[in-house]
Amino acid sequence: MDLVTPSIGLVFWTALSFLILLVLLKRLAWKPMLGAIHERERSIEEALNKADLAREEMARLSSENETLLKQARVERDEILKEAKEIKDQIIAEAKNAAQEEGNKMIEKAKVEINNQKVAALREVKNQVASLSLNIAEKVLRKQFNDKQKQDALVSDLLNDVKLN
Amino acid sequence: MDFSHFLNFKNSSIKAVFAFFLIFLSFNSFARQENESVQDVVKDEVTQDSHQAKEEKFDPTVIILEHIGDAHSWHLWGHTSIPLPVILYTPSGLELFSSANLLNEHHEAIPFKGKYYTYLNEEEHIVVLDSNGKVDETVSSKIIDFSITKNVAALFISVIVILVIFSSVAGSYKKRVGKAPKGLQSWVEPIVVFVRDDIARPNIGYKFERFMPLLLTVFFFIWINNMMGLIPIFPGSANVTGNIAVTMVLSFIVLVIVNVNGNKYYWSHIFKPDVPFWLLPIMWIVEIIGVFSKPFALMIRLFANITAGHIIVLSLISLIFIFKTLAIAPVSIAFVLFMDVLELLVAFLQAFIFTMLTALFIGTAVEEHHH
Repeated sequence: MDLVTPSIGLVFWTALSFLILLVLLKRLAWKPMLGAIHERERSIEEALNKADLAREEMARLSSENETLLKQARVERDEILKEAKEIKDQIIAEAKNAAQEEGNKMIEKAKVEINNQKVAALREVKNQVASLSLNIAEKVLRKQFNDKQKQDALVSDLLNDVKLN
Repeated sequence: MDFSHFLNFKNSSIKAVFAFFLIFLSFNSFARQENESVQDVVKDEVTQDSHQAKEEKFDPTVIILEHIGDAHSWHLWGHTSIPLPVILYTPSGLELFSSANLLNEHHEAIPFKGKYYTYLNEEEHIVVLDSNGKVDETVSSKIIDFSITKNVAALFISVIVILVIFSSVAGSYKKRVGKAPKGLQSWVEPIVVFVRDDIARPNIGYKFERFMPLLLTVFFFIWINNMMGLIPIFPGSANVTGNIAVTMVLSFIVLVIVNVNGNKYYWSHIFKPDVPFWLLPIMWIVEIIGVFSKPFALMIRLFANITAGHIIVLSLISLIFIFKTLAIAPVSIAFVLFMDVLELLVAFLQAFIFTMLTALFIGTAVEEHHH
């Protein structure tokens, strides 16, 4: 019977020590422990969520990068094409302009040459005329120093007239 | 966390253990017969002779009841024991003295003259002697014993152990904020999380946080005390959780907590159950008995389990002394080893069941709607 009869002393001390233990542990241990565990669980969850978000962000960024890259490539191609066209055009234009200019210059040169030639010819003609006149004069003077010769010439001339 | 793997020992190991114990089964039954005859002899001699013979002969019942019961001094070995303070509330006033005064050098009870009365330790009950050396029944019945007995001292030791463990663990939580647990912390944390996620949350629901300190304290109080009880020498050896007073206090606290937190659904379930009106008086009786029988079952379950474990271990050890031969010692030791391992499991299991049922009762009391 002793075994199942609770003694008042033990009841008292058990109640006292259990309640003290409960209060002390609640204050000292359970609150900080459960708080820390909860906090850590929360932070782990948060970190996982953040990692997920970061992964999504990364995927988004990389796809964006890819599209950007594609766009850039297309743009580059376009620019290159355009540049080539412009280059061709410029070359063609330059060629045309050069041709035209050359032609013009040639034309001008021709005209100039002609002018010069005409002028030179005129000069030569004048020179030749005056020279021949001088020569003729000198010859005539020498020839007509004596009378015989003048006569001979006249007769010659007259012969020519006859022939005509 | 899942603790079911405790119950799933490998089949082969179970078979091995059973086979091992079956070997000794014949020894055991043989031992029983011997035991009975020895006990008869002991009884005869006890009745014939006086106290002298009682000390000489071995009576396992007395020894076992002595070990699982409470005591005013903490017996270590032979005639050596730690004296504990005796505190008595007597009709004349408070009396405080050492229990060493109640024993002589041969470890026998002797009367001690205190401030108000003369006291004698009669089988761990302090009684008052009158001037003729006879027990004064009227005064004896009036004194209340608040002594720091062996169980109280063991209780204090485990309370200190618990406080040291958990304050140091809480300290490491403060030191290592947000980091992974380490050392003692990583031993305690899974159990705390187990109590929270497998005991409190599923049974109580979203209001569980308010009851966590109680559940955790109950769990670790019972568990640590159970395990301290398994240590055969000081500072263990006391049968704290196998004492009806301790389990009574624990279950009384559960009773109070459950009924203080009972909401209107809980009370309407008790006083306005869904039955024909003429059945109501019977239902009231049944429900009110139910209110008390639930914590009562907690009290008996813990007490009986732990006490039974102690009795079995002590009986097995007693075999050696009943046979008065060392040859039986290996058998006893093997059995005791098995029982101790089993008790280690029971220590955890009983703490778990007590806490689990407490959470369940609280859960029914705070549940939002019934039916």
